[in-house]
Amino acid sequence: MIKLRIDGNEVEVNAGTPLLKAAQKLNIEIPTLCYYEGIEPYAACRVCMVEVVRGRRRRMVTACNYPATDGIEVFTENERVRRARRLNLEMLLGRCSEVPVIRELAAKYGVEKSRFGYDPKEKCILCGLCVRMCSDIVKANVLSFAYSGPRRKVVTPFEREMATDVCIACGACAHVCPTGAITIEDLSQRRGEVPEMPLGPKTAISIPFQQAVPKVPYIDPDACIKMQTGGCGICAQVCEPEAINYTMQDEVVELDVGQILVATGYQIFEASQMAQYGYGKLDNVLSALEFEKMLNSTGPTGGRVLMKNGKEPRAIGLIHCIGSRDARYHKYCSRVCCMYALKFAHLVKDRTNAEVYQFYIDMRAFGKGYEEFYSRILDEGVNMIRGKAAEVVEATWGNEREGHLLVRCEDTLIGKFREVPVDMVVLCAAIEPNADQDRIGQIFSLSRSPDGFFLERHPKLDPMGTVNDGIYLAGCCQGPKDIPDTVAQAQGAAARILALISKGEVFLDPIRACIDENLCGGCKVCNNLCPYSAITFDDVKKVSIVNETLCKGCGTCVAACPAGAITGSGFTDEQIFAEIEGILADAGNK
Amino acid sequence: MPKPKVALYWAASCGGCEITVVDIEAHILDVANAFDIVFWPCLMDFKVKDVEAIEDGGIFVTLFNGAIRNSEQEHLAKLLRRKSKVLVAFGSCAHEGCIPGLANVTNRDEIFKTVYHETVSTDNTKGVLPQPKTEVPEGVLEIPEFWNKVCALDQVVDVDYYVPGCPPQSNQVWAVLDHLIQGKPLPPKGSILGAGQKSCCDECPRVRKEKKLKRFYRTHEIIPNPDECLLDQGLLCMGPATRDGCGAKCVKVGIPCRGCYGPPPGSHDMGMKMISALSSVIDSEDPAEIDRIIATIADPVGTFYRFNLAHSILYRVQDDVKEKRP
Repeated sequence: MIKLRIDGNEVEVNAGTPLLKAAQKLNIEIPTLCYYEGIEPYAACRVCMVEVVRGRRRRMVTACNYPATDGIEVFTENERVRRARRLNLEMLLGRCSEVPVIRELAAKYGVEKSRFGYDPKEKCILCGLCVRMCSDIVKANVLSFAYSGPRRKVVTPFEREMATDVCIACGACAHVCPTGAITIEDLSQRRGEVPEMPLGPKTAISIPFQQAVPKVPYIDPDACIKMQTGGCGICAQVCEPEAINYTMQDEVVELDVGQILVATGYQIFEASQMAQYGYGKLDNVLSALEFEKMLNSTGPTGGRVLMKNGKEPRAIGLIHCIGSRDARYHKYCSRVCCMYALKFAHLVKDRTNAEVYQFYIDMRAFGKGYEEFYSRILDEGVNMIRGKAAEVVEATWGNEREGHLLVRCEDTLIGKFREVPVDMVVLCAAIEPNADQDRIGQIFSLSRSPDGFFLERHPKLDPMGTVNDGIYLAGCCQGPKDIPDTVAQAQGAAARILALISKGEVFLDPIRACIDENLCGGCKVCNNLCPYSAITFDDVKKVSIVNETLCKGCGTCVAACPAGAITGSGFTDEQIFAEIEGILADAGNK
Repeated sequence: MPKPKVALYWAASCGGCEITVVDIEAHILDVANAFDIVFWPCLMDFKVKDVEAIEDGGIFVTLFNGAIRNSEQEHLAKLLRRKSKVLVAFGSCAHEGCIPGLANVTNRDEIFKTVYHETVSTDNTKGVLPQPKTEVPEGVLEIPEFWNKVCALDQVVDVDYYVPGCPPQSNQVWAVLDHLIQGKPLPPKGSILGAGQKSCCDECPRVRKEKKLKRFYRTHEIIPNPDECLLDQGLLCMGPATRDGCGAKCVKVGIPCRGCYGPPPGSHDMGMKMISALSSVIDSEDPAEIDRIIATIADPVGTFYRFNLAHSILYRVQDDVKEKRP
């Protein structure tokens, strides 16, 4: 450690620390343009000039890369420093006359006009920060300097306009550019599918959502530059507890368990399938989950209801039953939408002055306290329009009048077609089974009801059990349901599981299939058939074997066995033939 | 002490079963040494009256091959039954009806129509059909009466043992004969001799997977992988539903098993079992696609019931002909 003085204050730093960092330790601000934490300083902009005094020698140096040595004295704001900065800024202003950050900084040092020229178009100060970012950090090596003298500039390889084959579109160059000379444009116009509805761009490392458990950030390997090119690594540099681990791999953990509770949830109907509502096409047409995110006080708008232009909407339309209670998509009722739409209406009324229109088919306020809540919402002055909205279109008038979207619908209570002008539309899309529900079902040998959700053992008497002992269902994987129902079902299932654990014994029905090892030729016809995965192949004996604990005696394998090696206990061929003979005995005598 | 008598007879058969007996090579001399061959029309000149002359139960063992197609065969089956202590249904025809038994998909009138009227090479302008009795100036000519359906041996007479196969493999034939020559105690009545207790898959060296069938192929349509299960590759191999004991000879050279050894011990009707098994492993949920997959099975009866139609639950096509048989 060495000691030095900056503007009269003593500070202790490691030898070689740049003066800029030493000054930061004393909270002394030195203006910079081309300095960026984590990137090797280059001293290009010359704005960070300071005066260094060692003994009788005085020098002007750049603070960003001048290493601190023992006993020096540094002045960051004396007249010589200000004069040097003024001159440098005047030269920068002469090159980039209309760049706000340079104009502001120059104005701070009293420079309003440059004697060295005027160029309103140029924005690049040739600091090379983008070049160093691209080569040192991202390691994509796309940007570099070309030419020399007054023609010097930053270029892509061979000055091609589209360097799409080498550029990974990370946007880091635009992010670090101090003057805004580089901008990122989406030439592809792709709308990415963003599962958590962030209503804005995400970073490559982020916390998935506010309620995430555990609440820790994760790295999106497709977006992370470190994982794509091996460069960057800035998050690891800045993370003080050194928690960032780029080599962490997905782990497959195998657990031996006796019972399984399947709670794989649901997905939301993709509202863009119903083009008439304009989701994904019209501005300010949101899905319910996006709107929920917006209402969240930790969300992107801090809980304020805002349109894309940043203004509060004057009227909001909430359209129920998108994709549910609809013969073309899902016939069933999603059960939660009526109530969350009422909640939305309440929150909108609470936070804005907007009119709220509910377009509903039937109001289903069936739960405890729900009807009362519905009455309260009606008292708050929410407009209820009974009739499914037909379409959402852009209004032909400007944004100034009434609303820029029109909801067309039939109001069945007054028997008229209506066009309701609104600024924002929220679509209450159906709850539907996960896209991979089938695969999950195969893993756990679960059947599905016609609506695609997992089938419970009995709709009234066993709503959380399945036909497989030890496998239970909870939540929307079994059918759309609200939070109280889900909690009730999950607690019931948990109680069932605990009851069996504490009992320690399982009772099985005596109906079983059994394979005669002396008859089985090992053809493997039965191996794939068992709906309970009770049949496995013994590679030593070369025969198939039935796990009698898993077998339910359904008889699928008995019927399929081409060698007749499998019999169902209580249902052998001999027994069935004897029964037939018994039944037909009389007929034979007559 | 005189040597025990042995008889061999062929009914509706191709002669392959006779050849397989000779195919035991030098062992045939052991047979000749041990037994007194009293009736073997295929090889030696015997007359029926020679058999009739033997006292009832005087023959120790009769190996009877061939199905029962006409009255003469039925007569001899009954005669040999009476004269033999042990009657063996030898080969697939006697065991289950075999290829002759496939005639049960039609009936006598249809067969006569085809053979005596319709085939391109038939020249029968008078429309003559075979008659059991024909009067000629010299007297009455008799030929055996053609039955309306084909029977396996045990559908006509009581049978003690069965030796399956089309034909039975010569090593298995020798094993059976050797057992008799050694004078070892006889197995329980109704036993199937010269075969195994499992399915053909047990002897098949091919690697089997869990089955998922998307279509079936006929043997000329693909060259099967030499190491993988033929059924897995879509060739309709009856091996899973067929008794072992043949040494899986066909499947070892890439020809799917046709099922000549009959059903294994646990099975009553191999065709039905195989249909049941295949319907379980066809890999589709779509009815139209399932129909398309099933349509790739050429000749279902000839595939599933090639050897055992006469002896199966199906037995024969629906037919109103009530025939009087002696």
